[in-house]
Amino acid sequence: MADSAITVEGARKAYGGKRAKGGNRGNGGKAALDGLDLAVARGTVHGVLGPNGAGKTTLVRVLSTLLRPDAGRVEVAGHDVVTRAREVRSRIGLLGQHAALDEKLGGRQNLEMFARLHHLGARHARVRAGELLARFGLADTGRKAVKQYSGGMRRRLDLAASLITEPEVLFLDEPTTGLDPRGRAEVWDSVRSLVGGGTTVLLTTQYLEEADQLADRISVVDHGRVVADGTPDDLKTLTGGDRIDVVLRDAGQLGAAVALLPVPKDDISVDADRRRLSSPVADRMTALSGVVRALADAGVEAEDIALRRPTLDEVFLHLTVDDRAGDHPEKEAARA
Amino acid sequence: MSTYALTDSWTMTRRELAHWARQPVQVLVGLVFPVMLLLMFGYLVGGGRGVTGDYLDYLVPGMLALTMAFGLEGTMLAVTQDLNKGVIDRFRAMPMTNGAVLVGRSAADMLQSALGLAVLIAVAAALGRRTHGGPAALLGALGLLLLFRFAMLWIGIHLAMVAGRPELVTTVQILVWPVGFLSNAFATPASMPGWLGTAVEWNPMSHTATAVRDLFDGGAVDAAHVWSAIGWPLALLAVFFPLAVRRFAMLSK
Repeated sequence: MADSAITVEGARKAYGGKRAKGGNRGNGGKAALDGLDLAVARGTVHGVLGPNGAGKTTLVRVLSTLLRPDAGRVEVAGHDVVTRAREVRSRIGLLGQHAALDEKLGGRQNLEMFARLHHLGARHARVRAGELLARFGLADTGRKAVKQYSGGMRRRLDLAASLITEPEVLFLDEPTTGLDPRGRAEVWDSVRSLVGGGTTVLLTTQYLEEADQLADRISVVDHGRVVADGTPDDLKTLTGGDRIDVVLRDAGQLGAAVALLPVPKDDISVDADRRRLSSPVADRMTALSGVVRALADAGVEAEDIALRRPTLDEVFLHLTVDDRAGDHPEKEAARA
Repeated sequence: MSTYALTDSWTMTRRELAHWARQPVQVLVGLVFPVMLLLMFGYLVGGGRGVTGDYLDYLVPGMLALTMAFGLEGTMLAVTQDLNKGVIDRFRAMPMTNGAVLVGRSAADMLQSALGLAVLIAVAAALGRRTHGGPAALLGALGLLLLFRFAMLWIGIHLAMVAGRPELVTTVQILVWPVGFLSNAFATPASMPGWLGTAVEWNPMSHTATAVRDLFDGGAVDAAHVWSAIGWPLALLAVFFPLAVRRFAMLSK
């Protein structure tokens, strides 16, 4: 798979409990990855979307060599993450959920240190640190320690530190969590400019909008497995294609309107506060004219009628609907 | 072993030195604190139960050994702080030598401890206490003290990784005090109730302090004292060095 930047086949990772010798299936522990498969083409942005505890962070930690998978084949940039960890490490960048910086040092000190650890050599390290500081608008931070940085600045420095060697593959684990809208826009812009340079990006997020905006393909992950995979459009089609939304003038007529619609009643969702009902449709134009006629005949007054694709939110809920009372082993273990 | 093992370790040591430069007051307090203890016990609370001869002559080697023992706290705190920050993830996801993080920690801590010894010895000299064993004995004593510190260092690294969180470090810090004081640093075991004296004699720190006293006072050096001051730290290292390294490797489990 020469065109594949990331290949994951049957990856398993369990926390706690006893692991079977020889890297077999997790035994007794909580499975954060439960036979996960993934293929990411070079030069693309791949979104990994899932609720808390779905296994996103564990996946990133396995891909970036921080955790060994219990079983399965995991290759990044053409190298196995377990047997050829060093080769993988020299080709990746990692932006985790928490700033991976030395907060007692300044921005330049951080970047020079990381550049030396990438074995750039003292002079080259200095030059590279200067370039990155300028590129991320941090050139005038002087000696200020990172702990005095704002959240957005810290995130930018963190991203700069992930890009010291212009990695083949960049991992972004919920890169905009906790940022204000401006910080979020800054990170998005940076990601877009990176992809122009040929870097493969794997991005985990809980924000559907983020995945929709940035990703070429999306894998929806739940319970440590990929439950759906495709382009954003593919996924939207997956929940049943187009929908019709009807907003009524009078909420009291919602019940009557539901009875009138020519679709199975179970598929109709009703939002009383917004006086709106929404339903999947098989054929756009037939449905539209049918609904308009039925409402007019019954004397139910509509304020708005619209045909639309489902949102990613609906896809996401559709695919991950579940009782989510359980705990989240990956979050706890990631902090331990 | 990578060809970069040395440069990586040096980079990580420089990182710690850069921390010092950022927190000079903290470093200074760290160096002054043992001096404070020395003066406090020498002139304020000290009596030196069971000590014959000059109490400061007895106390200085004890304080030197105690300073090495207390170094454990600093090591533990620094390691725990690193582990609880994301920065350790960045180090581990880089193509650097795996052990460089720990080597850098060791180098910086040993350097700080050597400085601490120098300051204490200088203060003792200012108080008119010279060592009488000659330069070779002085160097030997410093070697024994630093060897003991090296053992404390790896105990500290191991405990930090077992404890994991800064909150638990506080607990260990509190426990370091009685263990440090449960030694012959301030009084002779003979002056204590039987069981306490026995515990004190078993404390590895006591062995280091005793050997250093031998080497400082210019009299006959008891080889048995020196051997146990070498043997105890080596035994501790034989246990805790592999444990700490294994713990560090376990981070990817």
